[in-house]
Amino acid sequence: MAELHLPPTLPSFYNDLPRTVDVEASTVNEAIDRLDERWPGLRDRLCEPGPALRRHIAVYVDREQARLDTALGPGSRVDVIAAISGG
Amino acid sequence: MPKRIVLAVGTRKGCFLLEADEGRRDWQVRGPFCDGWPIYHAVIDPDTGTVYASAASEWHGAGVWRSGDLGESWEMSSEGLQYPEGELKLSKVSGLSVAHGKVRVGAESAGVFESGDGGATWSLVSTLDDQPGRDSWNDPSKQPPGHLGMTAILPHVDDPDRYMIIVQGYGIFETGDGGGSWEPCNTGLRAEWPLEDERVGYCVHKLVRSPADATRFFQQNHCGMHRSDDGGHTWTEVTDGLPTDFGFVAAAHPHDRDSFYVIPLDPGHGRTVPDGAAAVWRTSDAGSTWRRLSSGLPQQDAHIGVLREGLAIDSLDDPGLYFGTSTGQVFASADAGDTWSEIASYLPGISSVEVAVLDG
Repeated sequence: MAELHLPPTLPSFYNDLPRTVDVEASTVNEAIDRLDERWPGLRDRLCEPGPALRRHIAVYVDREQARLDTALGPGSRVDVIAAISGG
Repeated sequence: MPKRIVLAVGTRKGCFLLEADEGRRDWQVRGPFCDGWPIYHAVIDPDTGTVYASAASEWHGAGVWRSGDLGESWEMSSEGLQYPEGELKLSKVSGLSVAHGKVRVGAESAGVFESGDGGATWSLVSTLDDQPGRDSWNDPSKQPPGHLGMTAILPHVDDPDRYMIIVQGYGIFETGDGGGSWEPCNTGLRAEWPLEDERVGYCVHKLVRSPADATRFFQQNHCGMHRSDDGGHTWTEVTDGLPTDFGFVAAAHPHDRDSFYVIPLDPGHGRTVPDGAAAVWRTSDAGSTWRRLSSGLPQQDAHIGVLREGLAIDSLDDPGLYFGTSTGQVFASADAGDTWSEIASYLPGISSVEVAVLDG
């Protein structure tokens, strides 16, 4: 079970979407699939067709920058970051 | 039945709704809505009151927000707002239209998408693949900063399958079969740059049709103001009498086929009102002469800009005009532009203003 930490920019229209979600997944891509199953459309908010992470979305697995195919271990911490942006 | 006048104002940081009664003197401002996403165009379906707002977040992509209860609750969908794997990438959506039971939106890269279920799901209609200019208009090296791709969609009054679109920097195209085939509609327009193909390459900023005469169109172009008397197919320039040939907006009087409004801007880098003095200009003779309207508008140190969807006009007997600035002010007139007042002062930079007259 990986622990995903989501950015505050993910919109409020996802009812009951918490900032931290536990998912069973072996890669970052699979973890996003699990999120999309519970909150349809959420994959579109994080990924472009390809698929690839959106340009200004960064993912870290256990503090290391990751890609969609990065493997998750039991108890991995996954941080999804909306890149720092100007006003 | 009493009427409510509702403005949908799209800004760099969300959508706002401004509301007043028929007197249009006291305005209530609500917002920001849409989680503060950058809004490129917000419209109100006059039949249902549903608000639609096209948006693109640098972080989370593009989508269309909708509210069926005038802003009390919102949903957003990007389902189907996607190009097939290949050449084109969708970075944002901008020009919206609602007509004949369909919502349509223009995208960058240039394409038109439509929804038949009130904005819940979308499908790609066309990327105008056989049209002149198509080979180059999605080339980033040939695009201006802030490229919008397909900037506007203008539905036909009666025919649900007929509508016009604007491809930024290339011009107007019309379909009569729901997007299956297209024809350029740019004959008579002017360009201040070399054209590879005389049919396209014109920088149309805003296209409007007279509600009083469906054959009468006006457009504010990068190069001048133009009139069409044949449904937008051929054009005659009517810039003489205006202070500049540049601007982004145009609005058609709801009851008089000869009356149109523009807001000329300096054509240079700043693209603000000339001499820092705000004014709307009106023709009442189809562009033969123009009159400057500035009563109530700031006349000193007002270096304001108005973007292509920033001017709207309502349908009341004495029509109200509304424009929003790139510095966050909204100005309104309840007497067809003769006098003005500032009804919002500190909104984020405004990209669009649209108005609806709703029952009750």
